[in-house]
Amino acid sequence: MTIPRIQLAGLAKRFGSRQVLAGVDLAVMPGESLVIIGGSGTGKSVTLKIILGLIAPDSGSIKVDGHEVVGLKGAALDAHRARFGMLFQGGALFDSLPVWRNVSFALEGSAASRRAAAIDNLARVGLGPEVADLKPSELSGGMQKRVALARAIAPRPPIIFFDEPTAGLDPITAAVINDLIRELATQLKITALTITHDMHSVRTVADRVAMLHGGVIIWQGPLASLDGCDNPYVRQFITGSAHGPIQMPGAR
Amino acid sequence: MNPLVAIGASVLAGFAAIGRVARFAGTALLRLLQPPWYPAQWFNQMLVIGWLSLPVVGLTAIFTGSALAQQIFIGGSRFNAASTVPAVTVIGVVRELGPVLGGLMVAGRVASAMAAELGTMRVTEQIDALVTLRTDPFRWLVAPRILAAVLVMPVLVLVSNALGVMGGWLLATQRLGFNSAQYLATTARYLEADDVISSLVKSAVFGFFIALMGCYHGYRSGGGAAGVGKATTNAVVSSFILILLANLVITVIVFGS
Repeated sequence: MTIPRIQLAGLAKRFGSRQVLAGVDLAVMPGESLVIIGGSGTGKSVTLKIILGLIAPDSGSIKVDGHEVVGLKGAALDAHRARFGMLFQGGALFDSLPVWRNVSFALEGSAASRRAAAIDNLARVGLGPEVADLKPSELSGGMQKRVALARAIAPRPPIIFFDEPTAGLDPITAAVINDLIRELATQLKITALTITHDMHSVRTVADRVAMLHGGVIIWQGPLASLDGCDNPYVRQFITGSAHGPIQMPGAR
Repeated sequence: MNPLVAIGASVLAGFAAIGRVARFAGTALLRLLQPPWYPAQWFNQMLVIGWLSLPVVGLTAIFTGSALAQQIFIGGSRFNAASTVPAVTVIGVVRELGPVLGGLMVAGRVASAMAAELGTMRVTEQIDALVTLRTDPFRWLVAPRILAAVLVMPVLVLVSNALGVMGGWLLATQRLGFNSAQYLATTARYLEADDVISSLVKSAVFGFFIALMGCYHGYRSGGGAAGVGKATTNAVVSSFILILLANLVITVIVFGS
């Protein structure tokens, strides 16, 4: 039996009086592209940050390639993080550094070799060497996302997280980013975990889909079964209807 | 609410805040002792804190030194002590005005900038990105700023002291009729090693508090643009208070006896 690349069991997290995660159980298999969907504030980003060790869970287990990672510290935590790349929602590029230094930030070696590697990774996301010396603030939102994507893949991690990869982008740029993610995931044979509420992203990127609501995974299945799913929460989400079991927080 | 409960809660919150700052400072100082270090970051921060603060600190020193000389002359003339202008000016500038006003000016410029920069990095997830790229934010962001501030502030204050004394000398010789050579000789005679040492110690301590408060409030900021604005204000106010408090403590320790 194949060991899941990532396995979450009973993952719980509370912020003050708000129970964000209430026992998330989920497995991501090697080479799979899993997309977690769910409304804003349902704990999707928190789940990613807990797996990366940026936030400590209140309870539950996280296994990566069969090894428990909750409670890791120091060098063991660094080694755990080295297995991941992360594309942040806003890109999170370092304003003070030029593009090539952002892309090669986690790489080692001489400045010349890191610059060459950065240009190579920029080419993979469709950007030319002329952007290498620009500052992130000189790029458009779509180009910043591409640079962030190049930074995420540069160390060739086996697992990459994509946090709302198309947020704030126009539909065409969003489609380009979705295609890039799909293409890179296939080419580099990575395991991808994406969180989004953009259904175009879901349909382009996902092999399998899981829905997070009320702090738990309420449905999961292959992309092909999404449209035929009879779960009323999933139905409401994928049709984008204002009427259904999901109510906006604070709505009357 | 019972007033005693409110007072107790405030006291406990105050101690908790002191504990958080102490832990933050301890973590940053520990990182200074262990590699990896980032010399380029240190150098860049020394440039930002020292070189770029020089104009504002220098102008403050010149204007304050001149004004001090004028006031001492007016006050001293009331009891035939106008000749004390060089001696009192150099002591006033080197012991107090140079380090304190220099510290406050740097705090206004640097602590706010640090808090705004780190706060923006926090709310735009750049600090989280650093962690995922296996770079300790304390090593990359906090430790270089603290070290740079501690190293650069004494140099900045030395320059500030010299410019402050020069401001007094300019005013005294150009406006108050003092003889230039005599003024400088009196200044040199009354300036003691303790004055300079206390000035340097004060400025290093002020540099530590400026960088610590700028980094602490920026690093812990949240809540978007409003949170960054609040962090910036808190960084400046708290570094002002700590500078004035530290100045009093060091002055009492060095000169109190």
